[in-house]
Amino acid sequence: MMQTAAMPDWVALLTAALLLLGASITLIGSVGLLRLRNFYSRVHAPTLGSTLGTGATLAASILWFSVLQTRPVIHEVLIAVFMTVTTPVTLMLLVRAAFFRDR
Amino acid sequence: MTRWLPYPRLSVALLALWLLLNQSVGASHIALGVVLGFLAPLVMANLEVPRAGWRRPGAVVRLAGWVFADIVRSNIAVAKIILRPGPLCHTSGFVTIPLELRSPNGLAALACIITATPGTIWVRLDSAEGLLVIHVLDVIDENTWIQTIKNRYERLLMEIFE
Repeated sequence: MMQTAAMPDWVALLTAALLLLGASITLIGSVGLLRLRNFYSRVHAPTLGSTLGTGATLAASILWFSVLQTRPVIHEVLIAVFMTVTTPVTLMLLVRAAFFRDR
Repeated sequence: MTRWLPYPRLSVALLALWLLLNQSVGASHIALGVVLGFLAPLVMANLEVPRAGWRRPGAVVRLAGWVFADIVRSNIAVAKIILRPGPLCHTSGFVTIPLELRSPNGLAALACIITATPGTIWVRLDSAEGLLVIHVLDVIDENTWIQTIKNRYERLLMEIFE
């Protein structure tokens, strides 16, 4: 177990960069949700947050806690797995509802 | 074996999931994980989910590589569309793709891939005729999309699941 203050600089910098990247991508996705014009275009935008946005944030978490606890901490990958497997269910329900409405 | 362990791979996956969630390989966690891996597949058996055969580990790795590269690429493409100043200019539309893939597990995997890739969403599938409708944020050429989905994903999924 390491102390937060004793973390090597490169770990701190890389974690910060990954977190910023993840947050920025998620923000762009949310801006897209606002800017795009119709329902079908809008649902594309948040996918940015659920793919690379989540991915970069999880990578930051894996890196930081693996070094902090000096053992591999990889249970974050489960978040990515669950998101990938469950998103299609809700998205298909929404899209089919919209498709039905427009028909 | 098949009666009590209808989905051996699922059982192993559930045990691994349980150990990862608890971040421990202690005896009590292994015991609970084994119980979970034994009971949950029995419920699945009642749903009559078709068994997945993973015959080509090489194809699984190649598919994962393609999907990862495409997710990164389309993240950038969609971000560019959103961030471009001025009025939005992109031609979104529906693309119909004739599929030869029939395996339910393969189709489920394709749904996950298409949904996880920004810029494409799965709209509906006519399973009798094998016609898949997807919505694309920026259709530049309809045929390019059809060829990409068919050559890149469908072919590998058919290798894996059929």
